[in-house]
Amino acid sequence: MDDLNLLGPQLALLIGAGLIIIVDLLLPIVSRQAYQGRLPLLSGLALLAAAGSLGWSLALVLTDERGEAFDGMISVDDFTLFFNFLFAAVAGAIVLGSVDYLARHRFQGEYLALILIAAAGMSLMAAGTDLIMIFIALELQAIALFALVGISKNESGSEATLKFLLLSAISTAITLYGMAYLFGLSGETSLDGIASYVANTDENRSALVLAAVFLTAGLGFKMAVVPFQMWVPDVYEGAPTPITAFLSVASKAAGFAVVMRIFLAALGEGLITTDWAYLFAAIAAVSMTLGNVLALVQGNIKRMLGYSSIAQAGTILIGLAAVAAEDPQLLLGTSSVVFFLGAYAFTNIGAFIAIIAISHKIGSDQIADYAGVAKRSPLLAFALAACLFSLTGFPPTAGFIAKIYVFNAAVQADLVWLAIIGVLNSVISAYYYLRVVLNMFARDPETDEAFTPSPYLGAALAAAVVGLFAIGIYPTPLIEASESAARVFS
Amino acid sequence: MLDPIKEGAVWAIMFLPLASFAIITLVSFLGLTRSGAWSPRYSGYLTILAILGSFLLSLWALDSVADTDGARIGFDSHEWLTVGDLQVNIGITLDGLAAVMLVVVTGVSLLVQIYSQEYMREDEGYNRYFAFMSLFTASMLGLVLASSVLQLFVFWELVGLCSYLLIGFWFQKDSARRAALKAFMVTRIGDLGFMIALLIIFTQTGSLDIDEIYEAAIAGAIGSTALTLFALGLFAGAAGKSAQFPLHTWLPDAMEGPTPVSALIHAATMVAAGVYLVARFYPVFAVSEDALLTIAIIGSITTIGAALLGIVATDIKRVMAYSTISQLGYMMMGLGVGGMVAAIFHLFTHAFFKALLFLGAGSVNHATGTFDMRLMGGLRKYMPITYGTMIVASVALVGIFPFSGFWSKDEILADAWADRPWVFVVGMAGVYLTALYVGRMIIMTFWGEYRGGVQAEDEEHAGDAHAGAHHRAPHESPALMTLPLLVLAVLAFGAGFLNVPGFHWLGDIIEGWLPHETEELLTHTDFKLWIAATSVAIGLAGLGTAWAIYQAKMLDPARIRSFLQPLPQLLDNRYYLDYLYETVFVKELVLGSARWGLALWDEYVIDGAVNGLASATGWSAEQLKLAQTGQVQLYGGVMFLGTIAAVIGILVVNP
Repeated sequence: MDDLNLLGPQLALLIGAGLIIIVDLLLPIVSRQAYQGRLPLLSGLALLAAAGSLGWSLALVLTDERGEAFDGMISVDDFTLFFNFLFAAVAGAIVLGSVDYLARHRFQGEYLALILIAAAGMSLMAAGTDLIMIFIALELQAIALFALVGISKNESGSEATLKFLLLSAISTAITLYGMAYLFGLSGETSLDGIASYVANTDENRSALVLAAVFLTAGLGFKMAVVPFQMWVPDVYEGAPTPITAFLSVASKAAGFAVVMRIFLAALGEGLITTDWAYLFAAIAAVSMTLGNVLALVQGNIKRMLGYSSIAQAGTILIGLAAVAAEDPQLLLGTSSVVFFLGAYAFTNIGAFIAIIAISHKIGSDQIADYAGVAKRSPLLAFALAACLFSLTGFPPTAGFIAKIYVFNAAVQADLVWLAIIGVLNSVISAYYYLRVVLNMFARDPETDEAFTPSPYLGAALAAAVVGLFAIGIYPTPLIEASESAARVFS
Repeated sequence: MLDPIKEGAVWAIMFLPLASFAIITLVSFLGLTRSGAWSPRYSGYLTILAILGSFLLSLWALDSVADTDGARIGFDSHEWLTVGDLQVNIGITLDGLAAVMLVVVTGVSLLVQIYSQEYMREDEGYNRYFAFMSLFTASMLGLVLASSVLQLFVFWELVGLCSYLLIGFWFQKDSARRAALKAFMVTRIGDLGFMIALLIIFTQTGSLDIDEIYEAAIAGAIGSTALTLFALGLFAGAAGKSAQFPLHTWLPDAMEGPTPVSALIHAATMVAAGVYLVARFYPVFAVSEDALLTIAIIGSITTIGAALLGIVATDIKRVMAYSTISQLGYMMMGLGVGGMVAAIFHLFTHAFFKALLFLGAGSVNHATGTFDMRLMGGLRKYMPITYGTMIVASVALVGIFPFSGFWSKDEILADAWADRPWVFVVGMAGVYLTALYVGRMIIMTFWGEYRGGVQAEDEEHAGDAHAGAHHRAPHESPALMTLPLLVLAVLAFGAGFLNVPGFHWLGDIIEGWLPHETEELLTHTDFKLWIAATSVAIGLAGLGTAWAIYQAKMLDPARIRSFLQPLPQLLDNRYYLDYLYETVFVKELVLGSARWGLALWDEYVIDGAVNGLASATGWSAEQLKLAQTGQVQLYGGVMFLGTIAAVIGILVVNP
């Protein structure tokens, strides 16, 4: 029972998914009419599941329940709990953000259930302390995401799915290859076992390094860093916008969570040294620069945010580079990554929800068509502007604190040059984020017809915007949560 | 005299305008403005009231600081955030420098808001205007009061954001939009230096507390290279905000905003921030000779370069903008020659006469509907108050005894003579050029015959586009607008008497906070009659030249132009800097290369892969392109190559 209790937050999501599928299946038998109007019921169930997951995580925090479960397959610690909160909250926001989209589409039950399953998979990725568990969780969320990307079954959606599927398969293969090396060398699948092998032997260093590189490359796909980012713009553009938001925030966070877990819990002693800092630092610098420069010339806002998310991933990677370079006791790099992921979740979810609301009304994803949105819907324009300013790293938003945190970690780890590249990039990025703001506020709309977002979108957006200002003005609670999550690896 | 000021009262200086911003924003979002429950006029009154409160509290702060002879009044700082070794505190720096700035900012802002209540009356964005103005003032006050560099930086960025919002206030106009974006981006390039300076100082001292940075700099705990880099980084930020060469290009365009906004930007807020920043860190700058020399050089180039541009501009606000840049150059010159007190004193007097000049220009626009001086003329008959006050401001700007500008400019020149004589020569040349463009501006605007104002102008070139401005004959502006002009005129005349030879009341306060070691490094000079007499004589000569060319027409401007070629052509194109930045750098270099890279990628790599596949399989490339599946292999290939590159890379550094 203890094991199930610890797994409660993920189980809540999975039970919710199961319920939705069953209700969706049985409802037409009960009443044809009720089936037509099933959307509020199903979304309500999905929200309930997300809330249940959040509540359960909260209960675990309050009762101070921590520990390993299922023979060390997963570990419920502060790190896991942080990501439980993150994924459940993001899933809830995505459900809210999808209601308008779903009203026009057929596969409502499947869609909502898949979101919850994917969130549970991501949550298990963060919790997993065994290679097998991690791999299963990785696949669980990946398969759910394939279906979600292509759920609208139109041409661009199908093309995006195919790309996503094939490239994801390649990345999974590379990841698995890395895992196989680790297992082959140490004879262990548990991270603890691998850690003691790595700490106690001097042999096979090159093979270990090779394994770590493969893991970085395979998971680099999830994190969407250069050169494993090729799929991002096409898939972001082709997928339904709520799913794009989900990919850009949750899937990325899950990738970073697993990288941190494997590298810090298993390979930390002896292998993660200053040399690693250069690999991460190089990927970070290239990702930031390439992402930002290519974002400059995008006309489609979803593509632009795709490139922007590559750049943001590069910024987060600065924190990982700092982990490798800094004094292991400091934990500044780890906590900065965790903090950034939290702050970025609020910011990017907010941005995408605002885009869903706006694009739904104006019927276009082109930045040029955002002209005059501020005249037609001032609150929505303000909210999107706030999110974009946070992405730029402008005070007093969450993005500002997050960047300070990461740059601070880099500086403390003697990576001043990397911090400077980061600062330079944040100046470049201001240009394209601001261009959207300018379009919304500066140009005249084609019609003066006012519009407001639906209450679902409004609620999710309000939560995101309030959150990003709250973190920007009083960041201490999130900082403390990130530090206790990072302390798991000390 | 009064009791020493309490901490809560100091915070209130910043929070009163912030509250006014919050209330106006809330009211707008609640829709009360649309329903008519909240008259837009209330927003104006609320802003005026809030800033009046701040102004009175600032006077109290100045009084308290005067009691301590400018030394810092200590308040506890409050922890804001702690990450690892980095602890950032929020606190108050209240010393002579800060108190003087507070009074300037709130005083000028108060007058500008009163003026705006009338000037913006007909504008549909009335609420938005006052909300932004409140936030702008609050941000500047927060910047002045900050006790840590990071806190300062937060407000520094907010000041930039507000200026962006206000310069682009009339977003319908394409030019306003571009000007706003330009102001934001150009100052952000300077901010890049500021951010790097932050990183450097943190690595060197482990602290972002301004006081601790002083201590480290004075004790020599910072390596000299790092110290110089830190100082230069800060100066880059200051040069962006204070529109120093070569980052000055945004300021002339910034006149696209409403005229009272320009008055506030040019006199008390945005551009003053850069000078303040250098003064705030003077204990650091004073130790670095290289940094001071850089400041002196940039200040000198700016002074002359901008004054020359002022002579060829035909838009009255542009003349003023170049004048501001040039005067900021003087302040930087002062800072570069160890004259921190002189520089801040000049900032103080300049705030009044420059605010007056801008509000006067707004008044002229109110009457004529244009900013083009070629369409003005003869306005002294119609607008006696505006004319009279503008004359006071102009004389102060030229620096004629005993107007305020005379005392402050003279102090800068005297310090320059004592420290770096070549700066003194540049400064004197600047006096002549200043007098020339000021004389030209007064003659073209107020003397001669009226040349028709906006009627004579194409509709599409209309300036502020005032609904009520299209009158047949120009007229004096209403009392709400002339009252601030009169108050400012009194200050533009008399503000200099607060710091005259033998009575250094203001100067003592401004330098009273400096650590003892830094104070010894300052340039202290006595009043020199020959310098004062020479600068006044040169100023009069400049005015005389303007009279000879533009009024008496003894010299033909066209012949002077052809005689001086290619200088006029260079000036007409603003030294080609805008072209260089916008066309060459942004459009061609950055955007162009990104597009070029993408095109190459599409053409050679993607098409190449598709065509290769097509020829291998016998399919039509066109068919494949539609499905675009060819990209998948390619993307996968890149991932694979990336993995190999990472393996090689890691094996190279870690064999």
